[in-house]
Amino acid sequence: MSTTMTTTNQNETLQQNGNRRVSEYLNENGQQARSTFQPRFDIWEGDEELILYGDLPGVNTDDLDIQFENRRLTIHAKVDRWHDGEGYLYSEYGVGDFHRTFTIGEAINSEAISAEMHDGVLTLHLPKSDHAKPRRIQVKAN
Amino acid sequence: MLATRWEPWTELNRLSREMDRLFSRGTNGSVMGVGSYPALNVWEDDDNLFAEAELPGFCMDDLEIYVTGNQLTLKGERKPPEHEGGTWHRQERGYGKFSRMVELPGDIDAENVSAEFKNGVLHITLPKSEAVKPRRIEVKAN
Repeated sequence: MSTTMTTTNQNETLQQNGNRRVSEYLNENGQQARSTFQPRFDIWEGDEELILYGDLPGVNTDDLDIQFENRRLTIHAKVDRWHDGEGYLYSEYGVGDFHRTFTIGEAINSEAISAEMHDGVLTLHLPKSDHAKPRRIQVKAN
Repeated sequence: MLATRWEPWTELNRLSREMDRLFSRGTNGSVMGVGSYPALNVWEDDDNLFAEAELPGFCMDDLEIYVTGNQLTLKGERKPPEHEGGTWHRQERGYGKFSRMVELPGDIDAENVSAEFKNGVLHITLPKSEAVKPRRIEVKAN
C-alpha cells in the first residue's frame, strides 16, 4: 500500500535558494516582469491522512489558492513584493509567485482537506477516504 | 521478520535521498551547510543597508543576528516536523542548524540595527555608521 506522488515537470532552472524558476513572463517592453518558482515540499503519509509541508516564504493566507480536483492538487501563491536584482549588493535569490502540482495516488476525502499557514510554511492535511484506510480484520475463534 | 512487505516507492525515495546526499545537491539538511544558507538579497540607500532572507518555518526566537563592524552574521535552527511511524514520500525542505557571515561594504551602526520577520521573510535594516555616509559638499560660488 503505497502512494504515488508525481510532480508535473516543467522547464526549470535551479535557483540558489533551491527553488526552481519555472517560468517568466515578459512585459510589453520585453523585460522580465515576474517569475514563478516551484516551492519545496515534504510529504508524509500516515494511516489516516497525508500531510504536506511547503515552504512559501512571503505568502499571505489571502494570496494562496489551493485546488484539489481529479487527484490533482494544485497550489498557487501570489507574491506581491519582487525585485529585479538591479543595484543590489547581493542578489542571491529571485522573488516571485509559487506554483506546484501534485498527483495524489490515494483516495482522499476532499471535503475534509484543511490547510494552515505559519511563518511562511503551508501545512496541508489530506484525510484519506474511509475505504482507503487500512483495516484490521478480526479473526473469530470458534 | 517473517513477512517482509516490498514497498517500491519507499525504496525509490530512499534511493533518491541517498543519491542526493552523495552528490550533495541537497534535499536532506545539506542545504543548511555552513556559509551559503540562507540566500541573501542586500541593497542600500544613502542612510541604510537592507538585507532580506527567506527563512520559512523559523520564528524570531530561533534566529540570532549579530553585527560587528561591517560583518553581519545570521544563525538559526529549523527542526523537522515529527511523526510517529508513517512514510515520508518527499523531503525537499532542509533542516538543521545554519550559520552565515557576510561582509557589507561599510561599517554599520550596530546599536540601531532592527529586524522584522513576516511570513517567513526576514528583513533587516542596518543603518550606516556616520563615517561612511555619503556627504554632500556644498560648492560656494563667489
